[in-house]
Amino acid sequence: MTSRGEAGSRDAGVRSDCWISVELRDGGGLELTVASKVASMYGARIRAQIEAGCRALGLEHARVEVDDKGAVPFVLDARLECAVRRADPGLSRVLLPDLRPCCAGPAVRRRLRRSRLYLPGSQPKLFLNAGLHLPDGVILDLEDAVAPAEKDAARALVRNALRVVDFGAAERMVRINQGERGLEDLDWIVPHNPHVILVPKVEDPAQVRAVAARVAAIRKKTKHAGDIFLMPIIESALGAWRAFEIAAADPSVIALAVGLEDYTADIGAPRTLEGRESFWARSQVVNGAVAAGVQPIDTVFSDVADEAGLRASCAEAKALGFVGKGCIHPRQIAVVHAAFAPTPDELAKAQRIVRAYEEAEAQGLGVVALGSKMIDAPVVKRAEGVLATALAAGLLPADWRESGNEGVAR
Amino acid sequence: MTKLVENAAGRLVPVEINGTPAVPYQGVGRYRPQGRKAAPPIRSCADYPADGDKTAPDLKTALQRAGLRDGMTIGSHHHLRNGDLVANQVFRAAAALGVRDLRWVPSAAFPCHAPLIELLENGVIHHIEGSMNGPLGDYCSQGRMRGMGVLRSHGGRWQAIQDGEVHIDIAVIAAPTADPFGNATGDRGPAACGLLGFALADSLYADHVIVVTDNLVPFPCIPWQIQGNNVDQVVVMDRIGDATKIVSGTTEITKSPDRLLIAELTARFCDEAGIVRDGFSFQAGAGGTALSFALFLRDIMRERRIKARFVRGGSTQYLVDMLEEGLTDYILDGQTFDLAGVRSMRENPGHVNTSPFTSYNWHGKGNFASLLDAVVLGATEVDVGFNANVVTHSDGRLLHGIGGWMNCLAGRCTILPVPSFRDRIPVLVDRVTTLCGPGELIDVVVTERGIAVNPQRRDLLEKLRGSSLPLRGIRDLKAEVEEIVGGPPAPPALGEKVVAAVKWVDGTVIDCIREVRG
Repeated sequence: MTSRGEAGSRDAGVRSDCWISVELRDGGGLELTVASKVASMYGARIRAQIEAGCRALGLEHARVEVDDKGAVPFVLDARLECAVRRADPGLSRVLLPDLRPCCAGPAVRRRLRRSRLYLPGSQPKLFLNAGLHLPDGVILDLEDAVAPAEKDAARALVRNALRVVDFGAAERMVRINQGERGLEDLDWIVPHNPHVILVPKVEDPAQVRAVAARVAAIRKKTKHAGDIFLMPIIESALGAWRAFEIAAADPSVIALAVGLEDYTADIGAPRTLEGRESFWARSQVVNGAVAAGVQPIDTVFSDVADEAGLRASCAEAKALGFVGKGCIHPRQIAVVHAAFAPTPDELAKAQRIVRAYEEAEAQGLGVVALGSKMIDAPVVKRAEGVLATALAAGLLPADWRESGNEGVAR
Repeated sequence: MTKLVENAAGRLVPVEINGTPAVPYQGVGRYRPQGRKAAPPIRSCADYPADGDKTAPDLKTALQRAGLRDGMTIGSHHHLRNGDLVANQVFRAAAALGVRDLRWVPSAAFPCHAPLIELLENGVIHHIEGSMNGPLGDYCSQGRMRGMGVLRSHGGRWQAIQDGEVHIDIAVIAAPTADPFGNATGDRGPAACGLLGFALADSLYADHVIVVTDNLVPFPCIPWQIQGNNVDQVVVMDRIGDATKIVSGTTEITKSPDRLLIAELTARFCDEAGIVRDGFSFQAGAGGTALSFALFLRDIMRERRIKARFVRGGSTQYLVDMLEEGLTDYILDGQTFDLAGVRSMRENPGHVNTSPFTSYNWHGKGNFASLLDAVVLGATEVDVGFNANVVTHSDGRLLHGIGGWMNCLAGRCTILPVPSFRDRIPVLVDRVTTLCGPGELIDVVVTERGIAVNPQRRDLLEKLRGSSLPLRGIRDLKAEVEEIVGGPPAPPALGEKVVAAVKWVDGTVIDCIREVRG
């Protein structure tokens, strides 16, 4: 009996990826053919890696064909495992690359989440340099960016990427699928140190709790010690209606995001640049998140070429109370960071307020005044928030009080 | 077997090329040849028509009248780039005349010249001395060419012709506009390409000069970059070039986020290293990353109200915009890449044509390249000693010409913005496959993973102290790349046969290229 599976692509435009075909047989041992664009440099290594992979997956009799277009090792492993699993859906073994130290950093609850860069989970060549563009977070997407037929491939690729790819200081996020498939995604992802799980199309706090429970169960089983946080995404009228309940559904929720493509479809209104149709939902998400003590995060801006539009969209999001925005292209990141940074005026004012407050406190005064104006507690709290953002973004030196530095907003 | 000796760069090079002795590379600025320049024979006006009409009926007749015979050397040029229709016809005419064993010395050969492989195979052409891009490079790599190829830079081609190292018997100059006397220009006509600088050396030193045009104008052709007084014959053809492949309508900047990051880091480096200041100069090519670099630099210049004195290089819409916006006084143009560049050269007195003589020739009384404050170039490989390769890939195959690359290394700060790896292939290596640029002349390597400054440039490192730029050691960058791609690449599988020699700017042999096996 023979059965065959293949993974990856051998189309003309493919780069930094590969195609692998596996035909399981009853006898005859392992027959391996490797064609590679980088054969003269890495042909022998590729062959050795595929042979070792076949052994690890328990393949004794098979015809394996590799058409490589310069895939790096973790991609070869993921494609091989996927091809074998497609030939033998009952495959229980996996092919895990060693966890690199750069992938072992812990999740942090309070941090800047101005930008999060979406990376389609089935396109590994986009993973390698994503961290170099310095996003606050990368999202390895298993959901909408992955075609239904490639969901299994994306799981193996994303899992391997979590163990191998250096995303720098970016928070490592994974967007899982909806429903039962999303819960299964967690089995693949949770043991490999993701920092945040994005839960799509949440309309019910029970969905968040189900994810949290599955995460907890996997962590217990695999003895994964670090925190794993959740970021539910609101993408419907019902979700928006329940924003607060969703944000407050579990202590592991750290942020609430809004996705407007699906939301506008749900309410039956065309999505406009001006965004009047989504004003209520966005505001509801901001208020629900803040009420639950988590960060409100805005949707993506989808016109990559329109830098001015992105800047305006970020300014509007900031004005509504959002602290971050989704990015679909690395060049959007710097624009988003600049837009969410405090302006020089905001920064200078916040420093004056905090100074005045600290001086008043030191002198034991009950009332804080700046010039002729009285300053009350919420204003101080807000100013402290501005300074915290500026400090985290590197716009203000940590010793700004001593240096008399007024901060430089870029 | 070719006898090889180790040169000053530690590379084994042939001491003889196609029967002529060759000098091994001796180090930067070491080789000082004596003697006088070559010169063409004395001619008399008595032998040329007094009415100035030098037209010949067709190319074949012109070649016959020029005395074409076996073993001669033919010069041609690449200003029509991949749209050139002339070189192929020259050799077809030679074949029709039954001539054999020609040496072809193009300033560069392009994929459009792939049909000449047939004439290499059947003996009409013996070998090529010139940049071989694409299929001809591949042909040479496979060891199929009878003679040894010789790769020279643009400046090196001028030097070789001027010094008499290469004697051109017949030069055929494709001219987008010319008059019957032989004056010619490249800035107008159906095949307008900008300038004709690559053909200038041939017009001065060749025994016989034929101008080929598809746009004959009455005397005088103004302006003339090629002077009719140096020209023997003029041939009119229906079409000398395919306009769509000569210059592009628009030159594209890169869309790759990683390349944009590299370009942005390069511009920031220039700024923080103090290079970007009033009256500075730079050279940038027409590659996607180099163009993006120019745009990031433009933004810095605008913001800080800085004006360059001159910009050198292949001109494009983007450089033209900078000239017209007043961000530079001059464009010193070595090769024009798009329609905007051609128009600007025609109309703007600040857009000046140059030649390998003015810009690049090492055996001259100075050249423009050494006056540049910053030079931005590509590379296929860079090693831990900052040595760079621009002609072969890591698998040993010859695929690119040197162009002006080697000559530009004379600039005050040479920067190579390159990806640290392409697909799985590292650009940062232990030892470059082919040495084209000695590390002592390469100051900075900018990759998407960080910037490596040559440790010899303590002045640059000093200026960048405290900078927020990602400065890193080149070995550190290389190690990171190897971690990603799964170790260093295996060395290329090469045969013993030397298929081409690489000449340094002074005519000495800096490295050679071996036959690729498999």
